[in-house]
Amino acid sequence: MLTISRELHDQIVAHARADHPDEACGVLAGPAGSDRPARFIAMDNAERSPTFYRFDSGEQFRVWQQMDDNDEEPVVIYHSHTATQAYPSRTDISYASEPNAHYVLVSTREEDQAEFRSFRILDGVVTEEPVTVVE
Amino acid sequence: MAIEVRIPTILRTYTDGAKQVEGSGATLDELFTDLEVRHGGLRERLVDAKGLRRFVNVYLNDEDVRFLSGLETPVKDGDTVTVLPAVAGGTR
Repeated sequence: MLTISRELHDQIVAHARADHPDEACGVLAGPAGSDRPARFIAMDNAERSPTFYRFDSGEQFRVWQQMDDNDEEPVVIYHSHTATQAYPSRTDISYASEPNAHYVLVSTREEDQAEFRSFRILDGVVTEEPVTVVE
Repeated sequence: MAIEVRIPTILRTYTDGAKQVEGSGATLDELFTDLEVRHGGLRERLVDAKGLRRFVNVYLNDEDVRFLSGLETPVKDGDTVTVLPAVAGGTR
């Protein structure tokens, strides 16, 4: 299960809306081992594409270094799908390689509501999990 | 002195859980070959027939080696090589 604050949840949705129709992506960092996301980090989509995303490798290096220095880890890795449902694609699954992360997908295909779902992706196996938003 | 190599969580099964390991070589390719001696299986996760796998980012100090010379990038004692999983995906 993913437990996430209302504020972080809303920041992800706002980022996805702002970058629509391109895919938006980013990370929520949290204390290592806590499984609680605490810090919102919007990342550049180096592809600037409606169908693909990739973290800029230089930015990723700096962000991962900073997390390491803070004794944090990527608790959530999020990205948006802008014309399809919020479910991991084949490409998403083949790239997923943070075994401890919750993979959050947001779909912005409907203007008035954002689909917000969370998955574990391990060795190519996708498991959806409930999301609890804490006010 | 040696070259320090930082290993991401997903590949620590090859390093007995170690976050960083040490190796030697004159190029990145030689370094990965040297690591393979003590950490069997690691090289294959980093390199395929065409070069660096697209699923990983490798940095020499703070520079992505794709912007240097890839596997032929020269390395030396005191350098730090960092491996991170590339984060990417898409609709299809």
